[in-house]
Amino acid sequence: MTTSILSRPIHPTGLWAWLTTIDHKRIGILYGVTAFIMFLSGGIEAMYIRLQLAAPEQELVSPEIYSQLFTMHGTTMIFLAIMPMGAAFFNYLIPLQIGARDVAFPRLNAFSYWTFLGGAVMLKSSWFLGGAPNAGWFGYAPITSSAYNPGHGIDFWILSLQILGIASLAAAFNFIVTIINLRAPGMSLMRMPIFTWMTFVTSILLILAFPVITVALIEVMFDRFFGTNFFNVGAGGQPLLWQHLFWVFGHPEVYILILPALGIIAEVIPTFSKKPLFGYPVVVLSGVVIGFMGWMVWSHHMFTVGLGPVANSVFAVTTMAIAVPTGVKIFNYIATMWKGSISLTTSMLYAIGFIFLFVIGGLSGVMHSSAASDAQQQDTYFIVAHLHYVLFGGSIMALGSGIYYWFPKMTGRLMDEKLGKLNFLLVFIGMNVTFFPMHFLGLDGMPRRIYTYDSDMGWNLWNAVSSVGYLILALGVLILIVNIIWSVLSGEKADGDPWDARTLEWSMSSPPPEYNFEHIPIVHGIDPYWEQKREGLSTVPISGGSGDDDSHGIHLPQPSYWPLLASLGLFVSGYGLVYLSSSIGLVVSIIGAAITMVAVYAWSFEPVNDPDEGEGH
Amino acid sequence: MWLMGYRIQSKYVVVMAFLFLLVFTGCTPSHHMSTFDTHGPVARSQLVLFYWIFWAAVFVFVTVSIALFYTVLKYRRRSGDPDPPQIHGHTKLEIAWTIIPSIILIVVAVPTVITIFDNANSPEPSALTIEAKGHQWWFEFTYPHPEEPDKKVVTANELHIPVDEVVNVNLESKDVIHSFWIPKIAGKVDMVPNHTNTIWIKADETGEYYGQCAEFCGVAHAKMKFRVIVQTKEQFEAWLKVQALPGLESADPLAVEGRNLFEGDARCWTCHKVEGSKRSRGTTGPNLTHFGSRNHLAAGVIENTQDNLRKWIQDPESIKQGTIMYRDAQVYTDPDKSLTESQVSALVAYLASLD
Ligand code: HEC
Ligand SMILES: [Cu+2]
Ligand SMILES: [Cu+2]
Repeated sequence: MTTSILSRPIHPTGLWAWLTTIDHKRIGILYGVTAFIMFLSGGIEAMYIRLQLAAPEQELVSPEIYSQLFTMHGTTMIFLAIMPMGAAFFNYLIPLQIGARDVAFPRLNAFSYWTFLGGAVMLKSSWFLGGAPNAGWFGYAPITSSAYNPGHGIDFWILSLQILGIASLAAAFNFIVTIINLRAPGMSLMRMPIFTWMTFVTSILLILAFPVITVALIEVMFDRFFGTNFFNVGAGGQPLLWQHLFWVFGHPEVYILILPALGIIAEVIPTFSKKPLFGYPVVVLSGVVIGFMGWMVWSHHMFTVGLGPVANSVFAVTTMAIAVPTGVKIFNYIATMWKGSISLTTSMLYAIGFIFLFVIGGLSGVMHSSAASDAQQQDTYFIVAHLHYVLFGGSIMALGSGIYYWFPKMTGRLMDEKLGKLNFLLVFIGMNVTFFPMHFLGLDGMPRRIYTYDSDMGWNLWNAVSSVGYLILALGVLILIVNIIWSVLSGEKADGDPWDARTLEWSMSSPPPEYNFEHIPIVHGIDPYWEQKREGLSTVPISGGSGDDDSHGIHLPQPSYWPLLASLGLFVSGYGLVYLSSSIGLVVSIIGAAITMVAVYAWSFEPVNDPDEGEGH
Repeated sequence: MWLMGYRIQSKYVVVMAFLFLLVFTGCTPSHHMSTFDTHGPVARSQLVLFYWIFWAAVFVFVTVSIALFYTVLKYRRRSGDPDPPQIHGHTKLEIAWTIIPSIILIVVAVPTVITIFDNANSPEPSALTIEAKGHQWWFEFTYPHPEEPDKKVVTANELHIPVDEVVNVNLESKDVIHSFWIPKIAGKVDMVPNHTNTIWIKADETGEYYGQCAEFCGVAHAKMKFRVIVQTKEQFEAWLKVQALPGLESADPLAVEGRNLFEGDARCWTCHKVEGSKRSRGTTGPNLTHFGSRNHLAAGVIENTQDNLRKWIQDPESIKQGTIMYRDAQVYTDPDKSLTESQVSALVAYLASLD
């Protein structure tokens, strides 16, 4: 076992402990903090947009900067904020919910995070390196081709998305294997918590969806770097090819963003209603059906590109159909509360807010699933309103609910409820004041992605209102930040189970010990911890019983340098590829690739535990 | 706790306010691009469909919201409450709330599909057919020549059509994807390079309507507009006849000087076409043969007055940032070649004379 190049770090402390950690809980926190910072940066981009549009004919930012702002806002919120915020919860919670000590591949998990961070930094750095991408978050060819977009912004966009894709794929594989293989004894698939189920479905979607956009991005990259003609219109390239590939990825991506949210809600509502989830099998099934049907609707983003009436009809109907399983979930959530004993904690308020707002977003979705009527809505602010009701009213409200719900588990302290309610109220009102008027603007003919508008268009009032809404929303988020910081430092201490909750993560101390479970639990039902508390069905195995290590000493893998280095290599070669046209770029990209290869090689030969150290804890 | 009650109430207020406001917006069709003020059968069918789905959605929204808020208010926890009964599900309910939404969706889907087919297929395929081509960042319109079938009439940014008649439009793009949208007459169809689309339109009232590119197409996308001018059949035919004539040769000495500049040192001819001129054959920019007869300048951005035209020629960037004319024309890229005041006046005189 002397093949290891660097021996594994042993009990590192401080910064090194975080850089080399492979503990899923620490990685979850890293994901969460990074995603939150990215959320704020996307919010700042939105601030410029709302300032610019607050009144007609303003010149706060140039049209070019405006294009970069909306491109970066969309790309940031989707790829750098909501997705990784979901990943933060996956990381932190999945092993705890299924009764495992870590994920299946802890080092791969670290690699996912560092690679994600590299992609995020790279994308954001484009602001300072000659201009951010400017073609919109779905970068419709051929406006991304070098003929129309000679700068490096698009190169940053392509390469950072590729790197982020690697991170997402690695994480998705990890969670699938973890969920399939590491469930505690007795936890059959139909006893898994819904959040775990939705993570599972989301991970499968990720694995199937990312290769599609990877191929599409490679095609644009080849067009730009090597002069191929996939989208080169002059040489007969087909712009619609990009749209198909992008949306075959892009629509499942919407579910990648919303299914974890639906999963969080399905944990929060039963806990605060003190009732089991209503219709558990139906909720699981509808999640799976949504994941499946999500592949059959992509062309609803393309109703106006000229696919013909047959295709438009088919995609209109499939899109409407997907509302059925989505509605079923919502009805089951309401039925869970029915006859329950509801406590309106901040987390629960967020969950209720989620249902209310997501219903609005879902219904406006049905409105433009009607292809003929969508011809008036496509590419207007009506769509902007819809997507924010789904992604803010849906995903972000649910993530807010999740933060308030699991924060005590992660930190051992409760968040302040007074600040929390104020935070919820401001976010809820701010979100509606910002985004609801956009429905009117859209129906009143305001196209999206315009950097200014004339004062005689009738759009002044609602734009002004929407910008005021932004301020309310921003204040709400500010209070959330204050609450998080205050609560981390001096929040009320939380015990292991502050909410009288139902699933396994609440059966241990808060924060959980590094090894999570002293004994791998035994699961008897859907809500194992609740059953243990109420019915005395203990999850603790009888000694000598199934599935546990010996009682002294729990073997955990030690930290490692290699995931970090492998990610670093990708990051370096990403920058190299952006500047591939220069010889320095070529050299840098080769160096980066070499770092990654060496790191992956060394990683494969790394002993599980350093033999000299014995067991880690 | 009073706070809670207040919150729930405020939600209702918000909901009601939103519904009211939606109706309120529906009542402001006077706006130039309002989709509620329809002036043609295509937009009207889309609006009818919109209302149909809208009310279905309102029905669902109200039902779900009432269920949600009623539940939340009714089953609030009071301290000391025992655990509620642990109900795990109800099969009949599950079936009911799968089937009822499906029925609502069928009610929406059927008229959707009918309207999709109605709007896709032109009721009169042999009617007047116009080619519309998107360019960064303006629209080009090509009409069949009223007399000579092998000739075309080309204009830009103002689409004239006869009232009460079906007009077929073939949509193309010169460069990136644009979208052709006249909110009061018809929903949008994209202009995709290497993929010709068609749309049919019909306006049932004369007047001027706003059109706009609806697909992000680069830096000046916001300022890529056009106007649709709906005329009586006689007016339209007279207009087309004039457009089919070559550009006028004005005798005004200033205009003549302008023409010489246009076709000479100012190099406007490299990008612009003026029918009848041997020199001005460029196709990068709009055809200017009858520029003087257009109401607007720079793709519907400002009115075509002498002052605005002067501004445009002096500094197109001040009217439309990013425009290709400013980016590429020698008079702006090469400081040695910039136009003097008097040269600008001559060009203005020439262009204004082209009507
Ligand atoms: C590099 C090519 C190019 C050159 C050279 C050029 N133009 Fe243009 N011109 C354009 C383009 C492109 C537009 C469309 C601008 C837009 O709306 O974005 C345009 C628009 C115009 C318009 C407005 C047309 C309309 O219907 O709105 C006028 C007038 C005009 N140009 C005059 C001139 C004059 C005068 C010159 C010579 C000094 C000139 N152009 C030189 C490319 C050019
Ligand atoms: Cu979609
Ligand atoms: Cu455009």
